[in-house]
Amino acid sequence: MPNVLVFAESRGTDIRKVGLEAVTAARALADAVGGEVHALVGGPPGIAGKAAALGQYGADAVFVCENAAFAHYARETIAATIAERAKSYRAVVLPFSATGRDLGPRLAAKLDAPIAADIVSLSASGDTITVKHPGYANKVIVTLAVTGPLAVLSLRPSAFTPKEAPRTPRTESITASAATERVAVKEVLEGARGKLDLGEAPVIVSGGRGLRAPENFKLVEDLAAAFGNAAVGATRAVTDEGWRPVSDQIGQTGRQVSPQLYVAVGISGAIQHLAGMRTAKTIVAINKDPEAPIFKVADYGVVGDVFEVVPALTDAVREAKKGH
Amino acid sequence: MKIAVCIKRTPDSESRFKIGGNGSAIDETGLKFDMDDFAGYAIEVALQLNEKQGPGESVVFAVGPDSVQETLRKAMSMGVDRAVHLKVDGPVFDGVAVSKALAAELKSGGFDLILFGKYAFDTSASIVGTATAELLGLPCVTAASKLEIASGRGTARREIEGAGEIVEFPLPAVVTIDEGIARPRYPSLKGIMAAKKKPLETKPAQLGPVRVQVKAMELPPERPAGKIVGQGAAAVPELVRLLQNEAKVL
Ligand SMILES: Cc1cc2nc3c(=O)[nH]c(=O)nc-3n(C[C@H](O)[C@H](O)[C@H](O)COP(=O)(O)OP(=O)(O)OC[C@H]3O[C@@H](n4cnc5c(N)ncnc54)[C@H](O)[C@@H]3O)c2cc1C
Ligand SMILES: Nc1ncnc2c1ncn2[C@@H]1O[C@H](COP(=O)(O)O)[C@@H](O)[C@H]1O
Repeated sequence: MPNVLVFAESRGTDIRKVGLEAVTAARALADAVGGEVHALVGGPPGIAGKAAALGQYGADAVFVCENAAFAHYARETIAATIAERAKSYRAVVLPFSATGRDLGPRLAAKLDAPIAADIVSLSASGDTITVKHPGYANKVIVTLAVTGPLAVLSLRPSAFTPKEAPRTPRTESITASAATERVAVKEVLEGARGKLDLGEAPVIVSGGRGLRAPENFKLVEDLAAAFGNAAVGATRAVTDEGWRPVSDQIGQTGRQVSPQLYVAVGISGAIQHLAGMRTAKTIVAINKDPEAPIFKVADYGVVGDVFEVVPALTDAVREAKKGH
Repeated sequence: MKIAVCIKRTPDSESRFKIGGNGSAIDETGLKFDMDDFAGYAIEVALQLNEKQGPGESVVFAVGPDSVQETLRKAMSMGVDRAVHLKVDGPVFDGVAVSKALAAELKSGGFDLILFGKYAFDTSASIVGTATAELLGLPCVTAASKLEIASGRGTARREIEGAGEIVEFPLPAVVTIDEGIARPRYPSLKGIMAAKKKPLETKPAQLGPVRVQVKAMELPPERPAGKIVGQGAAAVPELVRLLQNEAKVL
């Protein structure tokens, strides 16, 4: 049967939202080709308890690999574990997250399968899977036809919305395949693990050079905290100055994001920045220059000083959240 | 050290794009093409490593049509010693096929380090570096924003989601290069003259089956024209109302 194998990415003992998105996409693909969805989840002891949740989103079977080494991304072991089981599937689906970016091409090479990365939609007919992928730094939508018996497909975070398709999955616990981890993680910096990731956050509040100094990012952080479900982003002007880490950069050469709401604070809206956020559902811009190009793409613009507007907005958002 | 750098020729990322006649390619009229941004960083990293660490060789590789020779020459004018052109007729969007062609060529090259860009501007896929590493059976570090090599081992910093990490790995290895690591130098006049005499070898690319093909290209839908809600803090109540009732995101 043409089944679909999905890598349900986890963090610690939780399934990530991008993992659920992948299960939903795999479900749609399996329905189109008339097969089952088999989810593979790896994590430290405790992850097995999450298998049922994958059934909720449409997994017919769940392979659970509990292994202390999976508290972090053990690239070679995970790749070997998935590749060993993937051979007879129609497709392997995974998120285009930091992990999936690394994992996808490894799987494609190991399985000698074609890969389409960072896709925003997919459909199947016969031996062809057709996908859309924003290329040219989001400036051109490319439709690709992927042929062959097995394809590796990685999904842009937030492009697919987790949808319930409940069933009780068969579960099977599996052991990790043997592999030598040649790349050793010596240190994780900034202690930011567990922070809401830019690729996953429903709301992103981003700051630009208009904030003038690194300490003023407190304004942006406070606004993000008021939303409660927000991550903080930045422009290259800001990461170049070292006010924020490079991993926060949004744009052509940084992260490309599609949140429900993107709030641009003191950002001019250079074409390279827009390349990273113009697919957000709703864009709000706060800038003192009415001619700033960001206002051309903002659904809602406020012309004003960030030092005045942002604290007022933070208070108002906090109030609005209280009313819920 | 013997360092290989795989580079791509892509259109200038600041261009405004139009879709070409048959709807499955960009219209190349008037576009400027150059070395991909990340490939430029990778070349600079290779040059600096060999300058710091004494005698070495740097070699650039590109899979593409004849036009990539111009890009390979540019790399040599920056200081790269020689170039290999793996020839195909047109652009290839199948990352695994490109990786196979590169791996076939790199396999017997005896390189200590093989560098790639984090992703290429046109494909924006982050496939080729990692897939090539896997085909070669080499350790691979993706998206390095810092790289040091000492006594046969590498240390790199990677920017991952919401954090950075420091990783250590043995050579030979594949590393894909993120921005911020080094600003690519401009070719000097002397470099440009010298590049004309440096060896550029051309051979057919061994792609294998091409299983990913472009069916269509289109420009993303324009966002509807923006709207100014108001001026200063006085606009905040109306903004919040719109976010709640119209956009329904609050
Ligand atoms: C190849 C290439 C790749 C690039 N990649 C990226 C990328 O990935 N991401 C990215 O972001 N950039 C990228 N850039 C840089 C980009 O071109 C811009 O330089 C950058 O985005 C500008 O950042 P900014 O908006 O913070 O700063 P500025 O352009 O300086 O804008 C600051 C804005 O703040 C406003 N402002 C100032 N004070 C206040 C105040 N008190 N209240 C309200 N508003 C105020 C100003 O009116 C101005 O509009 C790239 C550039 C190149 C050439
Ligand atoms: N045709 C090619 N020839 C040589 N190197 C390439 C080619 N395509 C991609 N690369 C390398 O692989 C990196 C990632 O490309 P991609 O996987 O297409 O995003 C690029 O930055 C280049 O270093």
